[in-house]
Amino acid sequence: MLASLGYGALVITFLVSLYGVGAAIYGVTQNKASWVDSSRNAMLLTFPLLTISALSITLLLIQMDFQVEYVASVTSRSMPMYLRITALWGGQEGSLVFWAWLMAAFASAVTLRDWKRDREFLPWVVVVSLSTLAFFLILIIFFENPFVRLWQSSSGEIISAVWQPAGTLPFIPADGRGLNPLLRHPGMIIHPPLLYLGFVSFVVPFAFAIAALITGRTDDRWIRVTRRWTLWAWLFLSLGLVLGGRWAYDVLGWGGYWGWDPVEIAAFMPWLTGTAFLHSVMIQEKRGMFKHWNMFLIILTYDLVIFGTFLTRSGVLSSVHSFAQSAIGPLFFVFIVLTLTISLWLLVRRWAELRGEEQINSFFSREAFFLFNNLIFMAILVICFWGVVFPLVSEASGLIGQAIPALSNVFTGQKITVGPIFYERATGPLWAGLLVLMGIAPLSAWGASTAKTLGRKLWLPTIISFIPAVVIFFLGVSGAALLAFWLVSFVTAITLYEFWQGVGARVRTKGENVFAAFWALVGRDRRRYGGYTIHLGIVLMAVGIIGIEIFQTETQGTVPIGGEIALGDYLVRYDSLADFNTPDGRNVARASISVFRDGEYLTELNPRRDYYFESQQTMTIPGVRSSIEDDFYVLLVDWQPISTQSATFKIYHNPLVNWLWFGSVILIVGTFVAAWPEKDRAAIRENKHLRVQAPASAD
Amino acid sequence: MKSRLFLFVLLIALLLAVPVSAQDNPPPDAPTDDEINAVAKNMYCPVCENVPLDVCPTLACEQWRAQIRELLAEGATEQEVYDYFVLHYGDRVLAEPPRTGLNWLIYIVPPVVILAGIVALYFALRNWRKPVAAAPQSQAEKSGEPEDEYMARLEEELAKRN
Repeated sequence: MLASLGYGALVITFLVSLYGVGAAIYGVTQNKASWVDSSRNAMLLTFPLLTISALSITLLLIQMDFQVEYVASVTSRSMPMYLRITALWGGQEGSLVFWAWLMAAFASAVTLRDWKRDREFLPWVVVVSLSTLAFFLILIIFFENPFVRLWQSSSGEIISAVWQPAGTLPFIPADGRGLNPLLRHPGMIIHPPLLYLGFVSFVVPFAFAIAALITGRTDDRWIRVTRRWTLWAWLFLSLGLVLGGRWAYDVLGWGGYWGWDPVEIAAFMPWLTGTAFLHSVMIQEKRGMFKHWNMFLIILTYDLVIFGTFLTRSGVLSSVHSFAQSAIGPLFFVFIVLTLTISLWLLVRRWAELRGEEQINSFFSREAFFLFNNLIFMAILVICFWGVVFPLVSEASGLIGQAIPALSNVFTGQKITVGPIFYERATGPLWAGLLVLMGIAPLSAWGASTAKTLGRKLWLPTIISFIPAVVIFFLGVSGAALLAFWLVSFVTAITLYEFWQGVGARVRTKGENVFAAFWALVGRDRRRYGGYTIHLGIVLMAVGIIGIEIFQTETQGTVPIGGEIALGDYLVRYDSLADFNTPDGRNVARASISVFRDGEYLTELNPRRDYYFESQQTMTIPGVRSSIEDDFYVLLVDWQPISTQSATFKIYHNPLVNWLWFGSVILIVGTFVAAWPEKDRAAIRENKHLRVQAPASAD
Repeated sequence: MKSRLFLFVLLIALLLAVPVSAQDNPPPDAPTDDEINAVAKNMYCPVCENVPLDVCPTLACEQWRAQIRELLAEGATEQEVYDYFVLHYGDRVLAEPPRTGLNWLIYIVPPVVILAGIVALYFALRNWRKPVAAAPQSQAEKSGEPEDEYMARLEEELAKRN
């Protein structure tokens, strides 16, 4: 019953989406406003409809209705309630529905905005959003249907079908297979939804960009309308990435948070273009330049979102062959090629109208620095993209070798692995370059800016930034680490200097106290100071990344009970090991170890190994002692199951890693500051006054 | 009597020492876990995707690590261990693609694309800078953009509304 309801809602949403696309195009070409309004209502309707569908699955999961194949594949009787709910995005079919549901939420939210001044955009925003939604609904309804049920024919054969085939009876398995244990972690509750939110919310600025291209309203209106959407999208995507890293750190048991895994990079690529976009739209708003480039960036971001979903959902990563076998892989491929071609064709058609209104006058101007920033982000993107795609290319190239035997030595079709070393080596200097730009750019002026004017602002914070660097040098840090830490203090010094100067100016001219001046300063230009706050967050994250990348140490050893392993100042003593079964279907081996530092007792840790009987999977849960200075991270690698007399531990010392998580909190705060709706009329007037003056002074 | 006891003890001690030193000395010391991990860190087994061999908890990977231990104990160098696994399982066991044949593309394509981007940007910038004098005028005519400050301000105000 529920399954039929959910499936029905899916099909109706699909039809409504198609209707919406048709009505919008008909309305705009025949100039019939009522049809456009009708398409808008169609888009509004998709959210409640898909909510019915998503709720149906969720209820089926909660009730553990194992006749539904999806439910049987991701839940089991031993799973607690919260995991049964999050199983909605724990498997292929469910996560596609979840994706579509979030997409519909954003599409519906967009219809509710005030369209009075952008009516010409409306039909095309509907067309783009609903086409994207319809594509995902095709995948769900025809290929990855979560409402497929199990039926048993009279001959005992089990059949999966949505509706009951003739001569069969419902088949209800005694228990489900259960969720992948890797996904049974609190981090899994919020990590995928945030990532998906980031993904789908980038569809909104894309839809407006396409609407601008089609209607020819190519001023910066589409950017102003979507500025906040883009910022939220960026925040969701950033948080999705950070939480994914946190989850990996807590659950995957390899002592790190980021392994340059293709799945991670799939989500990282739209973040790269999205971040570049966030910066370069400012050039268009302030200087009327780079209009082509902004269009290109948002088109690229949209297609990287689809591409990322494609990479993780089609199975192409594990093997090109599984891609060819899955039905949705080629469909994704066609959709990406189609949307990319159409978007770029639209862009080329408007090329002349998108000509810049200004030129770059100086390589020391703000716009020039933004341009370099974009260039670096694109370079990192190229490296990431090629690193992810090349293994697939190398595997697929075997087809050439097969077809032309003479070339079979070159095109062996042997898949290769592109590991972290490749990415780290290739992108390391680029990240350093971004830090340099992050430091200098805020001090540069729009339009004309010379090395001299820039240097005048730069010298003081630069000198200040050397102080911590010198201290660190005398602590014994040198080489790349010293450079990296100096860059961090450089950016921090300049960013704080900017705050300091602003506050100082207000205190002097308006006689406010420091706190009031700070509050007013940030309130008057939220975007700017929100951006600076985000930069500070990024810099703190960089401290954590430098700490673990350069200073991580590790050791492994097998010791008897009472035995000790040393790592740096730390010492670990193996005290005992408990081996027991839990009611939720696990065998747990849990070690107790004492941690000492410089001979002083610190704490007890309990690294453990969980073995899930249902799925026959093992999970290695580290024992971690966290402090602002470092993480002491212990894994139970192996033990003698019978005697439990000796065990093998792997120990990591991860200096400064917690700054990464702390920095991401600052990043959230900064984004909120930048994206919070402005209500204060006076502030707006003041702002406007400044904006009108700005171009005059720049020319 | 005393010296005889001493000689006897010495003999026993020597006898005991011989097998111990025989175990310890001739081949290099048994490799430590850290030495094995240092090698395994740069390897991936073909089954556990994207999990480096040094941290992979599966049984298959454990056997691979045991194999590395054996090879190292026999005196193989790090490179010889890699060669051994590449011979048996192919290039994909290496974290870093070997610089041979088609694999060169992984190293060549990104710098080429990035350089091409920089060159394209350079020419684009040069083109932008040339028609400084002519461009603004024609632009204004073409799009009919408001020129005076009042209109600009109005536009701004309207833009601010939403």
